Amino acid sequence: MEFLRKYLDKIKPNFEPGGKLQMFNSVFDGFETFLFVPNKTSKKGVHIHDAIDSKRTMSIVVIALLPCLLFGMYNTGFQHYLAIGQNPGFWETFLYGMLAVLPIVVVSYVVGLGIEFIVAQIKGHEIQEGFLVSGILIPLIVPVDTPLWMIALATAFSVIFAKEVFGGTGYNIWNVALIARAFLFFAYPSKMSGETVFVRTDSTFGLGGGQVVDTFSGATPLGQIGSSSVPVEVTNTMGEALSYWDMFLGLIPGSIGETSTLCILIGAIILLVTGIGNWRTMLSVFVGGVATVLMFNAIGTTSAMQVSVGEQILLGGFAFGAVFMATDPVTSPRTQTGKYIFGFLIGFFAICVRVLNPGYPEGMMLAILFMNSFAPLIDHYVVEANISRRLKRATVKGGNNE
Amino acid sequence: MTQLIKIKKGLDINLKGKPQETTKGSITSEYYTIYPDDYCGFVPKVAVKVGDKVLAGTPVFYDKNRPSIKVVAPVSGEITAVNRGEKRRLLNVIIKADDSTQYEDFGKKDVKSLSSQTIKTALAEAGILATVKQRPYDIVANPEDSPRDIFVSGFYSTPLAPNFEYILKGQESDFQTGLDALAKITEGSVYLSVRPDASSTLKSAKGVTVVEFSGPHPAGNASVQINNIKPINKGEIVWAVDPQDVITIGKLFNKGIVDFTRLISLVGSEVKEDARCYYQMITGASINTLVKGNVTEGIDLRYISGNVLTGTQISSNDSLHAGNNQITVIPEGDEVNEFVGWISPGLNKFSVSKTYPAFLIEPLTKKEYTIDARIKGGKRAMIMSNEWDKVFPMDILPEFLIRAIIAFDIDKMENLGIYEVAPEDFALCEFVDTSKMELQTIVRQGLDLLYKEMN
Repeated sequence: MEFLRKYLDKIKPNFEPGGKLQMFNSVFDGFETFLFVPNKTSKKGVHIHDAIDSKRTMSIVVIALLPCLLFGMYNTGFQHYLAIGQNPGFWETFLYGMLAVLPIVVVSYVVGLGIEFIVAQIKGHEIQEGFLVSGILIPLIVPVDTPLWMIALATAFSVIFAKEVFGGTGYNIWNVALIARAFLFFAYPSKMSGETVFVRTDSTFGLGGGQVVDTFSGATPLGQIGSSSVPVEVTNTMGEALSYWDMFLGLIPGSIGETSTLCILIGAIILLVTGIGNWRTMLSVFVGGVATVLMFNAIGTTSAMQVSVGEQILLGGFAFGAVFMATDPVTSPRTQTGKYIFGFLIGFFAICVRVLNPGYPEGMMLAILFMNSFAPLIDHYVVEANISRRLKRATVKGGNNE
Repeated sequence: MTQLIKIKKGLDINLKGKPQETTKGSITSEYYTIYPDDYCGFVPKVAVKVGDKVLAGTPVFYDKNRPSIKVVAPVSGEITAVNRGEKRRLLNVIIKADDSTQYEDFGKKDVKSLSSQTIKTALAEAGILATVKQRPYDIVANPEDSPRDIFVSGFYSTPLAPNFEYILKGQESDFQTGLDALAKITEGSVYLSVRPDASSTLKSAKGVTVVEFSGPHPAGNASVQINNIKPINKGEIVWAVDPQDVITIGKLFNKGIVDFTRLISLVGSEVKEDARCYYQMITGASINTLVKGNVTEGIDLRYISGNVLTGTQISSNDSLHAGNNQITVIPEGDEVNEFVGWISPGLNKFSVSKTYPAFLIEPLTKKEYTIDARIKGGKRAMIMSNEWDKVFPMDILPEFLIRAIIAFDIDKMENLGIYEVAPEDFALCEFVDTSKMELQTIVRQGLDLLYKEMN
């Protein structure tokens, strides 16, 4: 990579103050630090540093999300060919899904990173890598038939109003990707739920043309549960009953990345082994969710209350939210105790919204955003507890001395 | 029975370049440098001029606000330079050493017959009190204070640290006299912290409370020991003394002279293997002859007076700073260009984070790492949480304390434990921090500002 380094060194002066391209300084710096680890050495403080940095942290999350993305691509194709009654084989199915999903990923990254680059340039700071994660999360939590312009608009909205106005990466109050999802949800509700958006029935780039079969229904399992007043057995788009195994594998309609609990589990393992994701948050979301489902099962007066623990956990965005959204370190509480409370309440509220709210079958997004708002308050009380314990220590010691 | 405190949080960074337990003679130099910056909370007023003759023990500068605290010459000779920087800030004072050291005579004294105040005054006069740190504020101790307790750590836990047990050999009686002197100063206790496997010499030290500490660095840090033994509350003052300074105190009373000779270790991955050992050196001596021919050639090197976490960066011509027990030499790393290092597997990288696969094989190989001085990433806002907690073994929430310091919210700082900490306690946090924040600098500035505000 010598030649690349030499080339960068050659063009670098142009981007430095006084150079003719200095207005693109942040962009150049972004690319340079992307290619080469900065060789800046410490001037103050510790002389050696841990090899981890923000780029690697974010990259690990992106890697953890890849199984969900790849499976989401396959599932998009799978659902499509199921709807038109064909079975073209693995690679064509995957190709169809990839062609359907990739534009969403590209739009999300181009718009989001574009704004990040512009803001970094205006503020004169380094390009920060927070959007690497948000940029892949956004495509994974939207229905596959979301128009690209909506993705662009939602991404722009969330990056500007949920992140940059607060000061950029590390300063946002709410999860950036979820704000994009919430924006879509409230601005274009008809495109975000219902029977037509979660399964792509049209051809993509000329691939996968065909007529939808008669028995097809694009309702997601949670949609089926939500819209029925009697207990239902959830089915796939062809009306065939779904087993827990189907739900776990994830060949069911839903947002692109959220359907496969198996892939989410792989991601969770990556996050937990590397220590990037917090196990306390993940665990307590599940504990909160399961406890709440059991509570509703015990009451059991409506059909929604009778949905089993397995279905609530495996369906919709519950597991995805628990593993990838609730664990966002910036928007969750920063104390360990706080994380237990935060996670438990997310699980609780997500199930409450699902069960008690008649209009919308999913509750994870709102539960996480709601608890994001309360994260600083949770921390406040945990810190106050530490302070009062320390003050008590002072009085006890004082008493002994007298 | 001796109390055993197990420190669970913390980190031992297994660096290449540990010292062998042999002493390779003494390092002398032509010039000795005294740096006022080594003495925190000290506003230096120079007591000498260029051309003055000094003896070992003659005051070179004193504290403008507390004139009884002095810093003295470590050797006899002639003052050749008083260097100042911007706004006439004193940078250093340089002494050209005589061929053989002449000492100021402070008179031999029997510690047992002296009063607390006499001992404090004697220590201040001899410039040894300037090496004693007080908590809160982590500043030079004041002879007018009566410390609640005094803490002496009988071991070093910093990376590549010298072994105090080895240093102590042959100096046991001075060490005991030093402890006796300290025991007279405080109405509370002198706590001597040792490793559970410490020798009987240390464990049977008289007149002190011996406490055993197991666990990784920062178990040897005074703040950690204080926090675990008897935390500081608002209004209390405690002192912390380096064990080599205890020996210096002992020599003052046993011999009547100030002898700043220390046993220091030359360590680090870039020191040639047979040179990695102990040397006798006087504070302020140039490291020039020490490192010459003993270090790797052909790459940029970083010389550190002290350890890699809290030491001071110096050049190969600079001098041993006060209070330091080792000279560390590591690669600077500014010539390294690592292609897409943030995503490459990185089998040789040291990281606590487990995002590098090295953690899988490390328990088997006990690999020693060579780490250079690169920051290895850009500065960011606080993103990851609880990274610092894992290496911060005190009942303090480090992240919230740092936030309070940045916001300079005095109430919060007090409540969250600012009085108990020193910058060095945040060194490991700074090392592991993904966001590459300069935590020690933040804490130092916070302590300085708070001291100004409260006094």
